[in-house]
Amino acid sequence: VLSKGEVVSEACSYPAESELELGLGLSIGGATGKTKPATATSSWGECGRILTAKDFPSVVSHRTKNGGPSVSVSGIKRAAESVSHEGGSPTGVSGSSQVVGWPPIRAYRMNSLVNQAKSQRADEGDSGIGEKDKPKDALKKKLNYNGNKISSTTTVNEKGHLGFVKVNMDGIPIGRKVDLNAHSCYQSLAQALEDMFLRSTNSVGVEKEQLTKASKLLDGSSEFVLTYEDKEGDWMLVGDVPWRMFVSSVRRLRIMRTSEANGLGIHKKSMANHSCFSFSVSESCYSFVAAPRFHDSNERQRSKPI
Amino acid sequence: MAYSFPDEVLEHVFSFIQSDKDRNAVSLVCKSWYEIERWCRRKVFIGNCYAVSPRMVIRRFPEVRSIELKGKPHFADFNLEIRLKRMVVTDESLELIAKSFKNFKVLVLFSCEGFSTDGLAAIAASCKNLRELDLRESEVDDLSGHWLAHFPETCTSLVSLNISCLGSDEVSFSALERLVGRCPNLRSLRLNRAVTLDKIANILRRAPQLVDFGTGNYAAELQPDVFSNLAGAFSSCKELKSLSGFWDVVPAYLPALYSICPRLTSLNLSYATIQSPDLIKLVSHCPRLQRLLVLDYVEDSGLEELASSCKDLQELRVFPSDPFGAEPNVSLTEQGLVAVSLGCPKLQSVLYFCRRMSNAALVTIAQNCPNLTRFRLCIIEPKTPDYLTLEPLDAGFGAIVEHCKDLRRLSLSGLLTDHVFEYIGTYGKKLEMLSVAFAGDSDLGLHHVLSGCESLRKLEIRDCPFGDKALLANAAKLETMRSLWMSSCAVSFGACQLLGQKMPKLNVEVIDETEPPDSRPESYPVDKLYIYRSVAGPRFDMPPFVWTMDEAVKILHGSFA
Repeated sequence: VLSKGEVVSEACSYPAESELELGLGLSIGGATGKTKPATATSSWGECGRILTAKDFPSVVSHRTKNGGPSVSVSGIKRAAESVSHEGGSPTGVSGSSQVVGWPPIRAYRMNSLVNQAKSQRADEGDSGIGEKDKPKDALKKKLNYNGNKISSTTTVNEKGHLGFVKVNMDGIPIGRKVDLNAHSCYQSLAQALEDMFLRSTNSVGVEKEQLTKASKLLDGSSEFVLTYEDKEGDWMLVGDVPWRMFVSSVRRLRIMRTSEANGLGIHKKSMANHSCFSFSVSESCYSFVAAPRFHDSNERQRSKPI
Repeated sequence: MAYSFPDEVLEHVFSFIQSDKDRNAVSLVCKSWYEIERWCRRKVFIGNCYAVSPRMVIRRFPEVRSIELKGKPHFADFNLEIRLKRMVVTDESLELIAKSFKNFKVLVLFSCEGFSTDGLAAIAASCKNLRELDLRESEVDDLSGHWLAHFPETCTSLVSLNISCLGSDEVSFSALERLVGRCPNLRSLRLNRAVTLDKIANILRRAPQLVDFGTGNYAAELQPDVFSNLAGAFSSCKELKSLSGFWDVVPAYLPALYSICPRLTSLNLSYATIQSPDLIKLVSHCPRLQRLLVLDYVEDSGLEELASSCKDLQELRVFPSDPFGAEPNVSLTEQGLVAVSLGCPKLQSVLYFCRRMSNAALVTIAQNCPNLTRFRLCIIEPKTPDYLTLEPLDAGFGAIVEHCKDLRRLSLSGLLTDHVFEYIGTYGKKLEMLSVAFAGDSDLGLHHVLSGCESLRKLEIRDCPFGDKALLANAAKLETMRSLWMSSCAVSFGACQLLGQKMPKLNVEVIDETEPPDSRPESYPVDKLYIYRSVAGPRFDMPPFVWTMDEAVKILHGSFA
């Protein structure tokens, strides 16, 4: 039995070690022939838990005395400059807000917190307290896109993980989530989504052909487009409006086959401003007239059970 | 002498045994008891839906009528009662249930997702004898409130309806009113936020027999007639014992509840952003309260009041109002919990989010509440030490496990070394579920838990320096547990492969959303690891970022690499 005072390190012996039937020989040593060399940036620490590590390095990697990499926890106070989203004041942000899934609060409760904070802010500046049962339209008018209202809603989004939205890609049964707070422009969001949906090399559950087609996005062809559902339930083309406006109105994202993207709501004059996109837009697929609400019967192909 | 009892007699005796554990024990006595028991088992609980296949369950229990499943699904062919937790359920599945099982009685979707109100409409329309529809905390695509109108006029069987999670602003209120009015057995009704305060009175007057009620929105401009109407409606509900909902509360309307407060045993104010003085006023009217869920706006002062007013309190949950803020926004500390532990001797279950803790407080709590069965403490900042001594909180949690001999569930937080795990392994003999984050120094910690906690069923660990040694040395233990989750630890891919190969009764799943684990050296730690026992073999419905470690499957993956 090990005494309490023993200094424990990886190399210390356990009573059970001599009875270890399994043996550790397999796990120690070099890679087998089939593995390819790890890329320079894929050190364990930086891949971390947030898919787009570029803006949001939350984990610092250290090597243990045995030479194996290990994760050091991110209760560390982050450098102020690494927070890049809008309106944010990074000073004073504690370590806990940098860690995904911590504190452990159910998504349902988090969403409620967000909705409450948002509706409270929406009512700021109104006369009368407690007028929360206004009709839907009136509320929407308050959230129109003038500077003050935007910054109040993005202040909410500042808070840790309340910026996650769902993303689905046509043809891939499993949806994902992306943290909008980790991005400050469409380009980085598009990059993150490409990484998420196209970089996975294991094709279980995904048609190989599908992946090949989709990867043409990187070349700028228009097999898929990125769309989003806004607060009013309309499906719009991403890139349509200024980033802040987008963040405050997006409900969820969908990477849609271009062929199905007819009739998306789109603002005529913003068509010219999508140069920060990696997903390209096929102009011939869109009518420039304000379209009726996109009928999402295609949404019926939902995630299958996983 | 058991031979002298005819089967029918034994079957009758067994029918009084409802607990799953006891049923399982009965089935192990001898072959004939196994046979008799399996033919008369009506209810099956499956803690992990991948641990056993539906076919096996039906083969063993041909007369099953009620299924409770946890985990990710194959959709299972069961009739009459389905309870799912944390699963993805599609509209197609709901439509299938509706089409296939006309006598369907109970559908509980707890924290599920993947379906919309279209699927609910199908259920409402087809299930003529639906008794219970409970969607608690699920993520539902709320396309319109219209689905409620799909309940036919002939549906009068509802006993429980929980639609609190539906998010849209629309609700078909008249359909809801009519539905409530024609279901005389309705005992539990939980509305969603779209239902405004002024509508509550109408609903309650149609269902004065309610035992459990969840309000929708509880905010409106203060108007005397609305207030008195509401107060009157509440007071006519003589059976009402449990309240929840309370989104967007206007405190001036809380006194409308005073007439029922003396009877209340359960109060969920965990979405109510009301401040401590209003909470204190309300709680002081509820002397019979057994269960309170509240936001940390209650503050230490509110908890002190709770401790003096509510001597029957068994369960307390305090949630954070601002979990990501750098500085505390409320005056809620360990003192509040200590006060409750002192004043409420029947306290059994605690969930407490706070920003500071001390060993002394934990020791006091442990000594005051030896009957604790569930203790979950979340100190918001990872690795926070005892704020008085700056030491780890090992001694405090050690006191908890030592004094609370019936402790079944424990969640740790704060600065913790391997010592706390030694305490847990030594004293936590009844511990069934343990959650660990940002704790420990070495594999020794994990080893203490796996080798010491005899009753352990579920272990979840994140961000701890636990690696291969303890896991491999205690591999056999894993077969006695339901599951082990480890993320951001130091378990190598090679160890996972080894476990997968050597332990056929375990499914070892490696989850990595950035790149395949075999694209790195085998000594590299995996991102996430989920190990569970199963007699059904590996599953094949994983998304592409999940890999199963299995001899045969490894080869399969290998060919794609």
